[in-house]
Amino acid sequence: MSLNEEVELLRKIPLFANIEPSKLKLLAFTSERLTFQDGQDLCVQGDIGDAAFVVVDGTADVIIDLPDGSKLTVDQIGRNAFVGEIAILCEVPRTATITATSKLETLRISKDLFFRLVNEFPTMAVEIMRYQAHRQDATNQLLTAANNRLRELENGAA
Amino acid sequence: MEKTIFGYVWRFSRQQQITMTVMSAVSLPFLYLFYEVPKTIINEAIQGIGVEFPLNLSEKLTFSILGLDIPLLGPFDVVIGQTPYLLLLCLLFLALVGVNQGFKFVINIYKGLTGERMLRRLRFELYSRVLRFPLPTFKKMSQGEIIPMITAEVEPLGGFIGNAFSLPAFQGGYLVTILTFLFMQDWRMATAAVALYPLQLWLIPKLQMRVNLLGKERVARVRRLSNKIGETVQGVQETHAHDTSNFVLADFSNQLFFIYRVRERIYRQKFVIKFLNNSIQQLGPFCFYAIGGYFVIQGHLEIGTLVAAIAAHKDLAAPWKELLAYYQMQADATIKYDTVVSQFGPAGMRGPEYQLLEPDGLGPLQGELAATNLTLTDDQDVAVVDGVSLRLPLDKRYAIVGAGGSGKDELALLLARLLDPSNGNLNLGGGDAANLAEAVTGRRISHVSASAFVFAGTIADNLFLGLKHRPVGAVAYTGEAAEQRATYVEEAKRSGNIDFDVDADWIDYAAAGVDDPAELRLAGLAALKSIGMDEEVYQFGLRGTINPGERVDLAADILRARTGLREHMAADPALLDLVEGFEAEAYNMNASIGENLMFGNPVGDAFDVEHLAEHEYVLDVLEQVGLTEQFLSVGYQVASTMVELFADLPPDHELFQQFSFISADELPDIQALLQRCDRANLAALPGEDRTQLMSLPFKLIPARHRLGLVDNELQSKVLEARRYFAEHLPAGLEHSVEFFDAEKYNAAANIQDNILFGKVAYGQAQAAERVGALIGDVVDELNLHDTVAEVGLNFTVGIAGSRLSTAQRQKLALARALLKRPDVLILSEATTSLDSATQGRIMDSLLADFEGRCLIWSVQRASMAENFDEVLIMRQGRLMERGSFDALRKSNEHLKELLESE
Repeated sequence: MSLNEEVELLRKIPLFANIEPSKLKLLAFTSERLTFQDGQDLCVQGDIGDAAFVVVDGTADVIIDLPDGSKLTVDQIGRNAFVGEIAILCEVPRTATITATSKLETLRISKDLFFRLVNEFPTMAVEIMRYQAHRQDATNQLLTAANNRLRELENGAA
Repeated sequence: MEKTIFGYVWRFSRQQQITMTVMSAVSLPFLYLFYEVPKTIINEAIQGIGVEFPLNLSEKLTFSILGLDIPLLGPFDVVIGQTPYLLLLCLLFLALVGVNQGFKFVINIYKGLTGERMLRRLRFELYSRVLRFPLPTFKKMSQGEIIPMITAEVEPLGGFIGNAFSLPAFQGGYLVTILTFLFMQDWRMATAAVALYPLQLWLIPKLQMRVNLLGKERVARVRRLSNKIGETVQGVQETHAHDTSNFVLADFSNQLFFIYRVRERIYRQKFVIKFLNNSIQQLGPFCFYAIGGYFVIQGHLEIGTLVAAIAAHKDLAAPWKELLAYYQMQADATIKYDTVVSQFGPAGMRGPEYQLLEPDGLGPLQGELAATNLTLTDDQDVAVVDGVSLRLPLDKRYAIVGAGGSGKDELALLLARLLDPSNGNLNLGGGDAANLAEAVTGRRISHVSASAFVFAGTIADNLFLGLKHRPVGAVAYTGEAAEQRATYVEEAKRSGNIDFDVDADWIDYAAAGVDDPAELRLAGLAALKSIGMDEEVYQFGLRGTINPGERVDLAADILRARTGLREHMAADPALLDLVEGFEAEAYNMNASIGENLMFGNPVGDAFDVEHLAEHEYVLDVLEQVGLTEQFLSVGYQVASTMVELFADLPPDHELFQQFSFISADELPDIQALLQRCDRANLAALPGEDRTQLMSLPFKLIPARHRLGLVDNELQSKVLEARRYFAEHLPAGLEHSVEFFDAEKYNAAANIQDNILFGKVAYGQAQAAERVGALIGDVVDELNLHDTVAEVGLNFTVGIAGSRLSTAQRQKLALARALLKRPDVLILSEATTSLDSATQGRIMDSLLADFEGRCLIWSVQRASMAENFDEVLIMRQGRLMERGSFDALRKSNEHLKELLESE
């Protein structure tokens, strides 16, 4: 895939939709195009994070290690997903493991490049906030549902 | 060493000095004749004074002895006229010129060689003394001081030594000859000529004395300066870290100023001496013209005699000047000798026999290591080790525990015989250790400290260093080499140097328990493995190169690994995308256009990747296959893309380094270039612009840069160029490129690239790790792991091992100490640079290894002592208590404290 095709592809991702094409070209050129095979990890929970990924094609599972040693798949991601940004934004170890569930095409955006982009393009920062807010909302709903369920169970037990 | 330089010269070159003096003496009569003949020419042959022609030479040439005149020509009469007599004398003069110059030539050469040999002896002596200095000496004397002493400071001594006796003898004799000549002509005139010499002899030494003192000061100051430079180099990191450059510079400037001041005073004094000398010297001619002229006018003196006397006096000036210069040189040399030699005899220096002695039957040490009242005081008379008495049977493993400053490391150094005790004695295997040669302690004991040193060279050089005690086998030289070797030995003997052959095999294989170099390398790898450095060395091996001509088997093995890798990849589709192999008929998308074109590795600078666009042959190849215009066009597109992408990035942005098409400095140039060139007519570009555009496509890697510029047509043309390039490679360039050949080992590439025979694909996750693992599998399958690691032994470690990490250096030092299989292994916090997991592994491995042997380990943390047979607790220089760890941890309060503080 050539650079221009990649730029076209990036434009379709909401996160980058408002960024001018020449900058997208720089992003495409300087970020690494990485292919993961089915079963390979994009990142492993607990590792130090140095990059975020944009999924260009394919699917992956987001898995969290529970304290009891078991694994919980919390999300399934696909095309246009933006993952791995928490570790580089908050300087914390990876909060989840992401494992490819098919052949996965990604764009690997290094930490430096990511901060550069956010600094230069406020629209992108807003876009990331919006994205995070959506996630937050989704998580809240899940939390509420879980809470309700917990209460039901407690009440049932009582 | 001898107190004075004359003593030293006399002791070691007496015979040469006498020979030179005798040669000088023999040359003197000829010199006398050389002055006599011109006078005879003028007086007798030209003016005919005192002779009648025709002249019978038999009567003239007589040798007077005991009042009898013996004719030198025997009973034959040779009668000649005035002109032939003149010619004869002139020829004699010419012959004498030859003889005198001949003497000078021979004497000078002899002198030079004597001086150089003595200098070599002196340097060797000084250097060997450095090797015998007690270790604490190096706390006071830095390498910055030692280096100039052995190199620059003694250098002028060589010139002086050649002249030490012969110059005063020769020039003195010369002077006396001329003086005799003068006195025989006319004693009054001669007296007048030398009348002022006593004044000079009185005055000059007085002035010289002051110069000498200044000279001493100068030597000391320059030494301090070089010490400063050495220190700056060693501590440069601190200088930057604390921004003290200006302070350092100011200090240096200050030192330079004082050296300048001393120099200035020396100059003034020296030129005062010179001025006085020359002035007094010129009083001579004054006397000749005045007094001699008066005598000629009065008729008491012949004009010929006066002319000859003036000529002789002129010549008198030369030796007199030489003698005075010699006097100054001698003063200078004496200072240099004194100031250097006084530094090379520190108290406690070991004798030469300690180093040179090769004891017979070096058996293993047995019995015990016993110390009685072992005491070590530092230069402030503080006892660092204080009256330690102990007996350590050599079949146990001991840990020395103590806080910092407890004297445990010094005790370890004392036990290893690296430090001499100030008091008390050490008994090793039944003999007084003070009498043991280094050959015993250095081979039967290994000591490794926290700051073990790694020398420049390869890993193997360092690993096997502990086995190089003296040459074990002589090299068989033949023909010219044998002669050279004989000369070498003779010269070494002449200057008191060691004559061991540095090129011989020095490795004591038996000490490592092996028979030959091949086994030794395996033993070396085993030692590296036991301290956990084998994997690192294997990695060095993968990145190392070999000469397939010399290592045919290995090259063949690597080719098998290449095939093995291909098979692995063919069997697993997940692996297939990882590596794009080199194929003669296919374009490699993960390689640059330059690599695709050459289809090989450049050897030397001819096809340097950065300058391919300037290479005549490369340009010719492009032209032949019709690629030139396409290259220009691709270059133009690359340039404009780069300008578009990078134009508003700050010049120091890391992206410039990551994407190496164009550096930040070049970007404005390229921008200007793009503006002034006409895209439709790129072929018309002037030379330099053209080269600039042409150079860009060579670095283009389609899979990495994804600019979409390398289409099928370009690919097939590059393939065509590849064929043309190989087929028409001009003579003289065939060794400048090592072509990729699936069946052949590529000498210009490292082992890993040879196995890979292709490019790791861009854009595959964790490609490098997965390929590394894959190569590891293939190498293991073919049993090549050790062979590759052996290549890693040839990794060059850089100055003081700087290409290795601190941990690697420490591991290497440990492996080196193990390889010689010591009876006693003494470690002083020798694992401090390693992480605790590695430390633990090494300790377990060593404890197992030294079961029933002697291991003495001064540990950095008390808890490390747990698994040792016995624990010695040191506190404030004293041996507090010894016993088993379990017992002491309950009873000994100090150990408890140490364990708790961890």
